[in-house]
Parts: sequence; structure tokens; C-alpha cells
Amino acid sequence: MNTGDMAISVRGLTKTFGSRTVVDHFDMDVPKGAIYGFLGPNGSGKTTTIRMMCGLLIPNGGSGQCLGYDILTEPQSIKENVGYMTQRFSLYEDLTIRENLDFIARMYRMKNRKTDVDDALKGLGLTDRANQLAGTLSGGWKQRLSLACCMLHDPQLLLLDEPTAGVDPKARRDFWDEIRRLSAKGVTVLVSTHYMDEAVQCDYIAYIAYGKKLIDGPAPDIPDMIGLNTWRIEGPNITKMEAEMRRTAGVEQVARFGSVLHVSSTDGAALDRVAAEHRKKGTYHWQKQKGGLEEAFIYLMATATDNFTEPKEAAE
Amino acid sequence: MSFSFTRFGAVLFKEFVQMRRDRITFGMMIGVPIMQLLLFGFAINSDPKHLPTLVEMADQGPVTRAVLMGMKTSAYFNFQGIVTSQEDGDRALRDGSASFVVVIPPGFERDVVRGLAPEILLSTDASDPSAAGAAVGAISGIVDKAVRQTLTGPLHYAASAADPFSVTVHKQYNPEGRTSTNIVPGLLGIILSMTMVMITAVAIVRETERGTMEALIATPVRPFEVMLGKIMPYVLVGYVQTLVFLMAAHFLFEVPFIGSPFAFFAGFNLYIVVNLALGFLISTVAKSQMQAMQISFFTLLPSILLSGFMFPFAGMPGWAQTIGTAIPATHFLRLTRKVMLKGADLADISSDMFAMAIIMLVIVTVALKRYRQTLD
Ligand SMILES: Nc1ncnc2c1ncn2[C@@H]1O[C@H](COP(=O)(O)OP(=O)(O)O)[C@@H](O)[C@H]1O
Ligand SMILES: [Mg+2]
Repeated sequence: MNTGDMAISVRGLTKTFGSRTVVDHFDMDVPKGAIYGFLGPNGSGKTTTIRMMCGLLIPNGGSGQCLGYDILTEPQSIKENVGYMTQRFSLYEDLTIRENLDFIARMYRMKNRKTDVDDALKGLGLTDRANQLAGTLSGGWKQRLSLACCMLHDPQLLLLDEPTAGVDPKARRDFWDEIRRLSAKGVTVLVSTHYMDEAVQCDYIAYIAYGKKLIDGPAPDIPDMIGLNTWRIEGPNITKMEAEMRRTAGVEQVARFGSVLHVSSTDGAALDRVAAEHRKKGTYHWQKQKGGLEEAFIYLMATATDNFTEPKEAAE
Repeated sequence: MSFSFTRFGAVLFKEFVQMRRDRITFGMMIGVPIMQLLLFGFAINSDPKHLPTLVEMADQGPVTRAVLMGMKTSAYFNFQGIVTSQEDGDRALRDGSASFVVVIPPGFERDVVRGLAPEILLSTDASDPSAAGAAVGAISGIVDKAVRQTLTGPLHYAASAADPFSVTVHKQYNPEGRTSTNIVPGLLGIILSMTMVMITAVAIVRETERGTMEALIATPVRPFEVMLGKIMPYVLVGYVQTLVFLMAAHFLFEVPFIGSPFAFFAGFNLYIVVNLALGFLISTVAKSQMQAMQISFFTLLPSILLSGFMFPFAGMPGWAQTIGTAIPATHFLRLTRKVMLKGADLADISSDMFAMAIIMLVIVTVALKRYRQTLD
């Protein structure tokens, strides 16, 4: 791929804090205009990676570009052109909604500050509440206001670090509608997330654990890359069956979708033997199917515990 | 590096708005100085010893030597040397290198023997009355005892006279010996230190703790614009506090201000900068606002105890004086007392300014070093 088509392209990014390597030889290519999902358990290094890509942290090793600017030598230009929404709510709670927007507008030395802030307020539907303190907003509104602040200077690239953590499902859906609207306008979006239902909305996926990238590619290709074999089970008393499956050797993953059970394993032969045995009994309806994105993400997420301590065995 | 006044101004303005909305802190910044002034306005008594003393000796006889020996063994006085003129003695009192100057008049012993009741003059820097008080109280007894022990044998008659000699105490700078006069300038140093250090540290740490710092430095704003914008409002707070304080001191305690206002202004600004730098340094260490507050309080303790505010500096043991010398409040205290009570001008406080400048240099160096680390 040509790096000119890439909003972000980094190679071998490495970051150590003290003696701990938190991000380890990380490569990533984010195509322009894409919604790129950045997945990984807590403490796996997502935030650190994003900070390095937008010039907030200096990597110990590696190189790359962000919007055509060198991440090592041109952080100032990157800051001018990127919208970065930090993991935590980062507006001033003791300033009003308008004051927050206005402050950010001044940080970017925007020419038509007043008009742009008014437009942003209108876009948010907060014109009437412009003089309300930001701290009094609900979680979902805070998230939307943060996003509006990041978008105020019209960046071509948005970096969103777990933007929907702790926000109710309705607000999350609205938030993603907004992200897709921005994407349709040509904004590239890199979004780190914990939620599977958000991951499936991305065009591309990268998965990181213990600072190392385990897998990345276009979202539809991910299940094949993982190589998960899946059987679908239907029948009476699915709860009992679920419990039994969790105990069965040869079944690596059990996922329940309503009254349907998906059992998966990377070892297809072993799983097929389990299936054959159960099908003989005939109580349940077993059907082999292609592993979908859902199973793939459950698989990725399930193998991942919090990464705050060193991996026990070889990383993975 | 291009400095943007737009961004600096925005940070400054934001800081003012936040300060105004934080009613409690705002009230404290004005209320605390007055409250403390009232509380500390009451005397704090102590009985300091080993105060630096100079002697102007115009008589060398055994009675004179006995008097000096008696003063020495009383432990109140610590003889540092001889002065030969009154000007030398006055200068030592003004710049604080001596707390007392003892003047033994010419022909002292002869006049005692002749029963002429000569006068010993004890000049004292009474701007710190708790330091001078006890020693002044003790002087008559000490000299009296010394003379009586020396005048034995044929001269016994002279000692048994009603008043073989007299001691005149000459209190300079604070003739009434009022403690509040001395406490008040010192208290200004403590209050400024308390608010400047703590508020700066907390204001910066608050930004990190609430997570707004990361979003802030992700914008094109430069670290220098952030720091300057955050610190400037508190310089103004320091000005307001000082003004309120000086007015309260003037009207409530009638503390004089006889020195050069310009000298005070220069020293005061330097002191504010030192404290802001210290607050800045603390903010690079503290992980939370609570920690910032605690560390600030921790630095405040030596300022209160070892700066000469609570206990007279000259009366402290050597190790405490060494620590005290490294504290900015110590020098600001001396400077303020000299200017307000003793009428000093810029030249008289140059040594204090110099000391503060060195302390500031050290703090700023360490703070900048740490600041670079935390950005990464
Ligand atoms: N400034 C820092 N100093 C030391 N360790 C850090 C710092 N920032 C992050 N870490 C550590 O690096 C690891 C990765 O953190 P992070 O990038 O925040 O992970 P994630 O965003 O995936 O949860 C964590 O173990 C965290 O404790
Ligand atoms: Mg994170």
C-alpha cells in the first residue's frame, strides 16, 4: 500500500516506562476515510500507542507519519490537524458549554471563532443551554460535547480513545451514528473500544495485547485469520447445555445469542468429534457454520485478561 | 518556538473564570490573611539565648571584664566582637548581625570606685521584642552580681553603695516592645508562602488529575503558554493579599512602614516568584490535589518554625539556622522587618535578595528538569 493513502502509518513503535515495555514494535496502517477499530484489553497499550501517534509521547523506537507529518519531528503540525478525544472526560466542568468550546477555539487560533462556536452549539442542539456548566451535563451529553470540541477545528483525522466507556446504550448508538456521519464526510476515525458491538461497525480492526499487535486487517477478514471453527446448537433447556459445553474438553468458547448457542474452537477436528458425539443423542440440533465477526471478537476478548501485570507465559 | 498571546490569554482568562467560580478558595485567599493576622497578632513568648552581641569597650579594667564575663555566663549574650564607634554598632543592629550592642563608657571602673554611678548602655534591636525582652530583663542582675563579686577588699565600700552604676537600655526600632509589630511582617511572609505555593501546586495538579491537561496539550498550545497563563492570576492574588494584609496591619495594629516602599516591592516580587516556582515544583511531584496540598503544608512547617517567625533566628541551634537559611521565608522575613520597622532601603536588603535569588535558581532548575520528565 502507498503511504500517501494512509492517514496514519507507523512502524516498530516502541515505548518503555522504566524497565517495562508497554508498546512493543507496533505497526499500523490506517487508510484515509476508514473507521479503524483499535481493540485490546485494559492496560494493553492502546492509549499509549494513540498518544505516540499524535505527538504527545515520544516513542523510544520506531517511526511513522500521521497525516503526512513525521510523528517524531512534527508533533506541532500533527496537533494542529488532528482531533484527539482523550479516554477521560476532559472538558472543564466549572466552565460553561460555550466557554469550553470557545477555549478550544482559541487554542487553535480559529479565525471565525464566534460563528464556529455558535454553529457547534447549534449542531449539538445546545444553543439554549450554552451557559450551563459542562459539569452538569449527563454522561452522553458530555461525550457529544467532547466530540464537538475535537471537531471544532475541522480535523481530517479523529483519534477517539474509548469514547463510549461508561455511556448508556442509547447514547452509544447516537454517538456511533455521529461517527459514521463524520466518516461519510471523509474524516478518518481511529477508535479504541471495549465493546464488541462497536467493533463490528469498523472497517478495519487491529487487536493489541501486552503491547504487541496480535492481528489486524479489514474487519470481514478477521474471522478467517483467527481460524475459528463454529457449531450452532439449538434445542430445549439451552442453559443446561451451555453449562455442559463450558465443561467439555475440545470446546474453547461458548457464546449464547438468545436461545442459540455458538461453540467454537481453533482445533476444528476436536470440536467436530464433540459435535458428532452429541448429534448421535439427537436432543439438540447441531449445525456447522462459518465463524462470524462476533465469535472472533468474543474469542479475542475472552483470551484477554487485564494486561497490567506481565504475561504469565509467552505473550498471547 | 512561537509564543501565542491568543492562547496565553485564553488560558489566563479561563483560570480567572475558574478562580471566580471556586467561591471557597476565593474567599479563603482574602479571608485567611486577616484571620491569621488576628490570631497571630497576640504575643508569642519565648526565652531565647545566645543572642549575637557586640561590645563597644572604652574601659579595660577588671570590673569591666567581670561584667562581660557575667553576661557571657548568663547564656543570653553571645559576644561576637568589638566595635569602635557608635555607627558601627548601629549598622550591626540595623542589618541584623547583632541583637545587642553593649557600651561600656570610658573610666567606668574609676567612676564606680568613686561612687559616681556610671552608666552602661545596652542598645538592642527591639523589633523582635521576644528576643530582646528576656535578656534585657536579666541584664541589671547580671551586671550587679559581677560588680559586687569584683569589688571586694578595700573597694568593698563602693559595691555596697546603693547604686554603684546603672544600666540604660536603649530599645531601637520598636521602643514600646510590642510583639505584634514584629509578628505582622513575619506573618505576611508565611501567608504569602502558604497561598502562593499551595494554590499554584493545586491549580496545576488539578488539571492533570481531572484529565484536562492531556486534552490541553493535545491542542497546539505550548507548555510555556499554559504555565504562564496558569501562574499569572495567582501573582495577582498575591498582590491583593499583600495589600489587604498591609492595610489590616496598619489599621488594626498600627504597624509602621518607615522604609523604602520600592525596596519592599522588589523583595516582595522576588519572594512571590520563588514561591510560585516552589508550587510549580510540587505540582511536578504530586499525583493528586490532596498530595499537592499535603506537600505544600509540609514545606510550610519549616517556614513557620525555622524562619525566625516563631522563634528568633539568632536563638536557634546551629543546625536549625542552617536549614532556616535555605528557606525563602527566612530572607523575606528579615527583609520585611528591615524595611517596615527599621527603615531599610534597597542596599540594606541586598543580601536577602541575593539569598532568595539563589534559592529560586535552585528551585527553578529542579522544577524544569522534572517538568520535562512528566510531559513524557
Ligand atoms: N506515564 C506512564 N508511566 C508508567 N506507566 C504507564 C504510563 N502510562 C501508561 N502506563 C502503563 O502502560 C500500560 C499500558 O497503558 P495504556 O496505554 O493506558 O493501556 P490501555 O489504554 O490499553 O488501557 C499500563 O500497564 C499502564 O499502567
Ligand atoms: Mg486506555
